[in-house]
Amino acid sequence: MIAELGTFCLGLAFLLSLAQALSVAGAAWRPLRGMARWSEGLSLAAAMASVLAFAALLHAFVTSDFSVSNVARHSHTLKPLLYKISGTWGSHEGSMLLWCMVLLSYGALVTLFGRGLPSGLRHKVLGVQGLLGALFSGFTLFSSNPLARPDPAPYEGQSLNPMLQDPALALHPPLLYLGYVGFSVVFAFAVAALIEGRIGREWARWVRPWTLVAWVFLTLGIALGSFWAYYELGWGGWWFWDPVENASFMPWLAATALLHSAIVLEKRDALKSWTVFLALLAFTFSMLGAFLVRSGVLTSVHAFAVDPQRGILLLAILFVTAGAGFALYVFRASALSSGGVFAPVSRESTLVLNNLLVFVALSTVCLGTLYPLLMEALTGKTISVGTPYYNLSFVPAMSVAMLILPLASLMAWKRGDLKAVGQRLALAAGISLLLAVLGAVLMGSGEAKKVLSLGVGFLLGGWVILGSWQVLQERTHLLKVPFSESLRRFRALPLATHGMVLAHVGLGLFVLGAVVETQTKLSAVDHLRVGGALRVGAYEVRLSDIKSVVGPNYEAERGVLEVRRGGKPICQALPERRFYPASATVTTEVALCFQPLNDLYFVLGEPSAEGWQVRALYNPWARLIFFGPLLMAIGGVLSLCDRRLRLGLVHRGKKG
Amino acid sequence: MRRNYCSSPDLAAPNWRFRGGGFRALARKTVGLIPPFNPPPALPVSPLISGGRLKALLVTLFAFSQVAGAVLPGETLSDKQQDDRARALYREVRCVVCQNESIADSGADIAADMRRDIRAHISEGKSDSDIRDILRARYGDYVLFRPRFSLATGLLWGLPVGVLLVGGAIFVLMGRRKSANDAEPDTPGLSAEEQARLEALLNRDPDSHK
Repeated sequence: MIAELGTFCLGLAFLLSLAQALSVAGAAWRPLRGMARWSEGLSLAAAMASVLAFAALLHAFVTSDFSVSNVARHSHTLKPLLYKISGTWGSHEGSMLLWCMVLLSYGALVTLFGRGLPSGLRHKVLGVQGLLGALFSGFTLFSSNPLARPDPAPYEGQSLNPMLQDPALALHPPLLYLGYVGFSVVFAFAVAALIEGRIGREWARWVRPWTLVAWVFLTLGIALGSFWAYYELGWGGWWFWDPVENASFMPWLAATALLHSAIVLEKRDALKSWTVFLALLAFTFSMLGAFLVRSGVLTSVHAFAVDPQRGILLLAILFVTAGAGFALYVFRASALSSGGVFAPVSRESTLVLNNLLVFVALSTVCLGTLYPLLMEALTGKTISVGTPYYNLSFVPAMSVAMLILPLASLMAWKRGDLKAVGQRLALAAGISLLLAVLGAVLMGSGEAKKVLSLGVGFLLGGWVILGSWQVLQERTHLLKVPFSESLRRFRALPLATHGMVLAHVGLGLFVLGAVVETQTKLSAVDHLRVGGALRVGAYEVRLSDIKSVVGPNYEAERGVLEVRRGGKPICQALPERRFYPASATVTTEVALCFQPLNDLYFVLGEPSAEGWQVRALYNPWARLIFFGPLLMAIGGVLSLCDRRLRLGLVHRGKKG
Repeated sequence: MRRNYCSSPDLAAPNWRFRGGGFRALARKTVGLIPPFNPPPALPVSPLISGGRLKALLVTLFAFSQVAGAVLPGETLSDKQQDDRARALYREVRCVVCQNESIADSGADIAADMRRDIRAHISEGKSDSDIRDILRARYGDYVLFRPRFSLATGLLWGLPVGVLLVGGAIFVLMGRRKSANDAEPDTPGLSAEEQARLEALLNRDPDSHK
């Protein structure tokens, strides 16, 4: 009964969104002008309906209602509650429903927080949002309804893929979707502004919080997914330039560029059409990602779509919405006359340059992801694009962008003084050069490639971090005034500045971690009997016991590893091999010895006549790879809390 | 096979495991996360990043280099330089039955075979590009993660450069237009005739405005 109510609510959400879009479209006709106001109430109602539909699915999962086919295929009575809940979004259909709920909820948030927007713009945003909501909830309802019932209902479910039964991955999709779908609001703002033919500094100010919200969630989502890959897949890799990862990375890059170009638009009234372009692009890449992942294009090289109907429908939605957006852009962008007059040496021009480089990086990721697909479709030839390609294209572009970054954050608006900025950064440059030499000499083991990578990594990481420190130091007049005065100034800094510094430091830390981890990690693998030992780096790893463990829905063998360094015990690691009877699969559960900076990483492999296979990895500075993005996200939140940009104050500021 | 599951909840879809690889891939993915192997037991170690004597000591004690991944203890070439070359090549070569893995990371049997072939080629004295050609001849372009530059891949390599050049050109042009704007004052410049009138006015009587 509840499942039927859920389907009904989904249908209701579809109709309400459609009505929301139509009420705004209808208002274009003069006598019906007042109709646009209805979109506000409709957006709230549609969001509520979608939340109820999602709650119905959640209920079915929590109560293990196997008469709902989606539950039967992805859940199991013995699964822990957390994974019953995460099973809700663990399938195509369920995650599509989550997507719809998030999309419609963002629409409702526009109504709730956008009261201060000019009513014309607000209603147009709601209209576009309603159209997107109708398309996606229609797609979910008619082609991927998660609440459909099979006949007859099975006695037990097939359970969720054990690899996905993991706390990080339980949380990963909601975060990712809050990011992906958040860009729909930005997209709607762009389309609405194009329809109105007016974009000004206040538009940038309205769009920025929405972009930031989505960007923060996407950053966290990607980092969490990467962390999951790192410890769940069992060999310590965290980024593979895999098309699925790229699909989430492309909107992130577009949004990062957008965040920075919106600043230029807000401060200098320049870069109008470029900012709108990026605003359209971010959500287009979100939809492209949804299409790539769901159509089966990526996971199989041979079939265009595992489910051609869904793939083609999603492609159609992508073409209709993005196509309409960009067509509008082509017709209207020229009308957005840019007032932006700025000197070649100024903060805005360094930001433009950085935008260009991030866009180049984005284009390499996009090409690397789509080129093999297009080439196979057009010529039948298959090629592979992997890490070596990105090392030669993406990495240089981003490296140059990072070289410019500290310049941009210290340069003055309108007319900067390159020489003066250079002098202010001289110390930072010197220290990062020193770091680069030290890092390359001490950590590089003589191989030219390693030495070069480490040198560049330390140079860039140090440069970005110290450049951000320079910003803080100058703003607080550190060492020039008494410390208490500096502290007072530090507290008085706008939160947006704190956010910027934190995010940039996070980026620098990430670069340091990524480079050191990839270039200097060590691994050892051996067959061990109980009592046997292997060495990885300076650590001795002894297999002291093998135990049998029974989990809620699995049975496991657990290795007890004593880790010592120079005879001193460091930690005890308990890697597992789990067998999940429900899906008849075996997974490995990695054990990590958390150290402040480094990871010791252990995997228990298959037993054989010679003993248990034990793999030990020493991943230096691995912590920074995930801590960096976390700092970036925190920086985003701080920036969002800045009084000037706070969601709730946007409208008040506008009225004033 | 195992790494497409990072960013997408969809991969939990019931048929994910049947996409692509079929049963063998499934077995490899779920059971063979760690490759089955029967190497001679070895006690591998590698110098940590501590410089100087300890490093030298460790190197001499355990002349054994390690690289993370699926490369097994027995799989080494005695010549350090050759071994480094082999390991660098592993990272460029795709495991042809896996989803998106280099043979350096893959635990599949064929990856082990391909690694062995590469070591054999290196011992025979073939150059890296020779080996790439051999691999390409046998498995097609698909096997190399770094697409070679050709007419078909021209856009792949060229388009980012094109974007950079076009964007850079626009940036420079914009800068030039701006500096042209800057050179002129905000108000339109005065013609010679206007200038003369202005001077005449200024010269006439400085106090007349008061």
